[in-house]
This record gives sequence, structure tokens and C-alpha cells, in this order.
Amino acid sequence: MNFSNLLTSLVDGLLIGVVYGIAAMGLNLIWGVMRVINLAHGVIIALGMFGVYLFFSTLGLNPYLALLLVAVLGLLLGVLIYFIVIARVINAPYLSTLLATFSINMIILGLGTAAFTTTPRDSGFSLGNVDLGPLTLQGTRLVAALVTILVTGALYYFLYRTRPGKYIRAVANNRAAAELMGIPSDRILALSFGIGTMLAAIAGGLIATFFSFTILSGDIYQQKSFVIGVLGGLGNPLGALLGGLILGVLEGILPLAMPNTWVPVIEFLLFIIILLVKPSGLLGGRQ
Amino acid sequence: MRKIWLNPGFWLVLAIVVALGAWPIFQQDAAARETGFTVLLAIVMASSLNIVMGYTGYVSFGHVVFYGIGGYIGMYFIDSLGLPLPVAVLFGGLSSALLAFLLGKAILRLRGAYFALATIGVNEAARTFVANFQPFGAATGIELQFSVYKAYGGALQALWLVYYGVVGIAIFSVIFSYYIKTSKFGLGLMTIREDEDAAEVIGIVTPNAKTWAYVLSAILPGMLGVLFFFKNGNVEPGDAFRLGFSIESLVMIMLGGQGTVLGPVLGALGYQRLRGTLLTSDLMIGSLPLKDFQLVISGFLMLLIILFIPSGLVGWLRQRFATLRRVLA
Repeated sequence: MNFSNLLTSLVDGLLIGVVYGIAAMGLNLIWGVMRVINLAHGVIIALGMFGVYLFFSTLGLNPYLALLLVAVLGLLLGVLIYFIVIARVINAPYLSTLLATFSINMIILGLGTAAFTTTPRDSGFSLGNVDLGPLTLQGTRLVAALVTILVTGALYYFLYRTRPGKYIRAVANNRAAAELMGIPSDRILALSFGIGTMLAAIAGGLIATFFSFTILSGDIYQQKSFVIGVLGGLGNPLGALLGGLILGVLEGILPLAMPNTWVPVIEFLLFIIILLVKPSGLLGGRQ
Repeated sequence: MRKIWLNPGFWLVLAIVVALGAWPIFQQDAAARETGFTVLLAIVMASSLNIVMGYTGYVSFGHVVFYGIGGYIGMYFIDSLGLPLPVAVLFGGLSSALLAFLLGKAILRLRGAYFALATIGVNEAARTFVANFQPFGAATGIELQFSVYKAYGGALQALWLVYYGVVGIAIFSVIFSYYIKTSKFGLGLMTIREDEDAAEVIGIVTPNAKTWAYVLSAILPGMLGVLFFFKNGNVEPGDAFRLGFSIESLVMIMLGGQGTVLGPVLGALGYQRLRGTLLTSDLMIGSLPLKDFQLVISGFLMLLIILFIPSGLVGWLRQRFATLRRVLA
């Protein structure tokens, strides 16, 4: 193993890691604002993949333009899911929200399997390679990481500088107090859920530009999102980015030292250990 | 001494399970036996998970881990050490109990959704670890030699033998479930479900009670795992640690009514019947067969139950008809 191999794996890992991070950010936002663990997250990631794939392969749309459409559709889908399902169980015990989001997962997965079957798809899209000194990087991955950073920046601007964003943070902080201040909490919760699913759809769309996938692929990325979310601290969007980077680096570096199949074992052990030792995550405060 | 045999609710649930188990034996029919296998497996999984979820109020997505670990240990003992099936079944149950004890000590400190997430992590960690673990055959798993079945009078006889074992465990599981529910220990668990801090204040040693509930819920799935993988002749990581199986058990409990003895039994029966009917149906929706929509229909049904009857069938009946509360345990 030489140095340039190591460096390439490291940078590749980082580039993928931020994309994982953005999926986890959606999960974290939803948990942070409404204390719901969204078990339909994975299948929405998969829908994002199919969205970009279908716009690109059937309509010939540029994947990044398609991504914009997918993001809007993801937001709308989230708002719809919130008003049909989540709003009814948001005050119920957490088992109800877990199972409610899981049943949404089953419904979308069932429809998706019937419509798209489970044969692997590949967008076949390429931006060539970019040479940076000793590094050779795939263009699509580089752009995906850039898009992610752009989206994260936009999310932060939205949450901290705009009025709806401040409303979201207020509702996350204390829903009852926010309602007393005249914030329409129902609409704000719907918006938060929508942004959460939008981030999942964007992550899916980005992944579709460089990995092949099936309708079932969402599951893997959902579990990665859990690991990342717990690493960075559930409810902390910036923590998700950090968690994503950590996971990405692990996935880049570990295969150099051990068989590839051991990587998920390490990941899930790390997940359990973090949950036990510091459930508030690496960036979380003391409980 | 509580006289549980005086309660009609106990006899009702026992009669249902005995009737379900005995039907294929009287018929001596292989197809009925296969249906019996899936229904009884579902009943045991749902009833045992109900001890943790329904009585204690801790939602576990990793119940199938005990089925998988028990199954793997048992298969390893049969295949590599040549132990007889009953001994392997016993060891399967014991190893699941031991795993539950160790896990319980660690992750039962977490509450609510954090516990639920940790159980998903445990399931995935177990699955990916076993898929790399050479003594258990790594990704390909363990496959039994066909000659193993000779000791039990051939493959056909062995199948019936396994079936009797499964019926026995299923009957035991509902008696067990009823006994725990009416015991002082069970009352302690239900106190934890209602308010864990209050339970601690009135003198329940909650960490111990939770750990024992977890251990007791793990034994029977571990024993069943051995029987089922012995019947199939092989075990693979994907089958042994299928997350979906845990979640199906949760759905069955929700269908029937969590925290009741009868609920998981009816839920398991109902879910498996529905699934069987959908999977073998010839109906078409447009150009697609109905069986492609099995997942959609199950998901939709589950959603309706969570939104409108969260206490499940038995819970709903108990709330609606006061006189039924004596009969439906």
C-alpha cells in the first residue's frame, strides 16, 4: 500500500461521507424538531435515486437539474406524509410513530417494487475524472460533495437567518412555548418533516449519479444515517455532517486494512458503543 | 397460590393454540403442517416479544437476534459436534438467554427510541459479524449433511418430530406468557411500562426486572431457531437475522393488542393468514398480480390500526365490552 492509494481512499471516503451526512441531516432534523425516528427515510432516499435516474434516462434531463426537481418533490412528499400520518400520531407514544413511519416505508417499498422491480439500475452518467496532483477523483463524486456543502450552507442560512427557520428552531426548542408566541406549530412541523425528506431525496439523487441501486438500496443508507445521526448527536444537523465525514473516512480507510465485509461490523459496533457511552453524540452536550 | 386454571381467559388462549397445533397432526397432511409451522413460529415470536414490548414497554427491533443466535449455536452443535437435536435445542435457548442477559445489562439502560435504535444496531452488528465468522461458515452459513436425519428415522419422520417440538414450545409459550402476566414479577414489569421512575420509587429493582424480562423473552425464540434451521437443513446470516422478521412480530402484536396474552396469538394468526392469502391469490390489479401488493396492503392495514385502533383487536374489545374483560386475558 503506498501513500497515494491511502490519500485517494481517504479523499474518496470524505467525498462520500458528506453525501451520507446530508441524508443523516434530514433524519436528525426530524428527530430534533418532533422526536420522531423516521423509518421511511431509506425508502425516500431510494425514491430520490429513482427520481434522478428516471428524469435523466427517460427525459434526458441533466442530473443536477433533475436533482432540483427531486428536491421539490421530496419536500412535497414529506409535507403530504406529515399531514396524512405523522400529525395524527405525533403526540402518541414513540412506538406509534416508529410503526407509523415503518408502515409508510412498507407501502412505498411495495409500490416501488411493483413499479420498478428489484433489478439494479445504473444512471450511466459520468463527468470524467479530475486529476489533482497525486489524486484522481471521479467528477460526479466531487460535484456531489460540492452540492452537499452548498445545501448544508443553505440549510443553515435558512434555519438561522430566515423567519420560518427561526420558527422551526423555536418549535424544536419548546413546542408549547412556541405556540403561545403565535407560531403555527402544525405548519412548521410539516415544513420540518418536508425538509427532512427533501434532504433524504437529495442524498439519494446524488448517490444515484455514481452508484448503482435498486428500490431496496435505501435500507443500507438509512442504517448509515442512523449510525451517523447517533455519532453526531441526534437532533444536531451539523453533527450529522461530522458523523458523515467520520463514517466516510472509516469506509475509505478500513478496507485497506481488512476484508471489506468487516467494515459494517465495525460501523455497527461503533454505533452501539456511542449509544451506550454518549447517546447525545460527539457534538452533544451533557444530558 | 394464584389459580390460573380457574380463569376462562387462560383456557381460551390455550385451546386456540392447542387446536392450531393439533390440526395438522390429525390431518397428517404435509401442507397443513407447513402452514402450522409458520403460524406457530409467529405465535411464539409475538408472545415472547410481548413480554418485553407489551408488558415492560420497551420496543425491540432486534428480537430476531435471539432466534438467529440460538439457531446458529444449535446448528453448530449438530453439524460440528454431532450432538442430538434436543440437546442442541436446549443449548440454543441457553445461549440466547445468555446473550439477552449480557445485552440487557448494557442496552436496557437506554430508554424509549434510543433503546429501539440500539436494538437495530445489535441486529445488524450480529448479522454482519456472523457473515464474517468462519466457524459459522461466514456468508454461506452452515449446511447439514442429509445423513444427520437418519438418526431421527429419515427426513420425513424428522419433520414431524420437529413439528411436535414446535407445538410443544408454542403451547408452553402461551402458558408462560399468561403466568408472567399474572405474577408479581409481571405486575412489576407493567409498573415499569406505566412509569419507570415511579416503579423504582415503590421498590421495584428496575434494572434487574428489565433484564429478566429480556432474558425470559429470548429463551423460546432461541430454541425455535434451532428447530427451524434443523428443519430447513441450512442457516444463512440473511435468514437468521432478518430485521423484517422482528418488525413483522411487532405488527402482529399491534394487530392483536399489546400487553395481552391472547392479542399476540390472534395477531400472529391473522397476519399469517392474510399474508398467505395475499401471496397465493390469483387476483389481478390492472396488469399486475395482487401478490405484488402484499407489502402495500400489509403496510396500509398496519397504518390504519396504528391511527385508529392503537390498542389492537383484544384491547379494543376489552374497552368496548366490559364483560369481555373477564374472558380475554
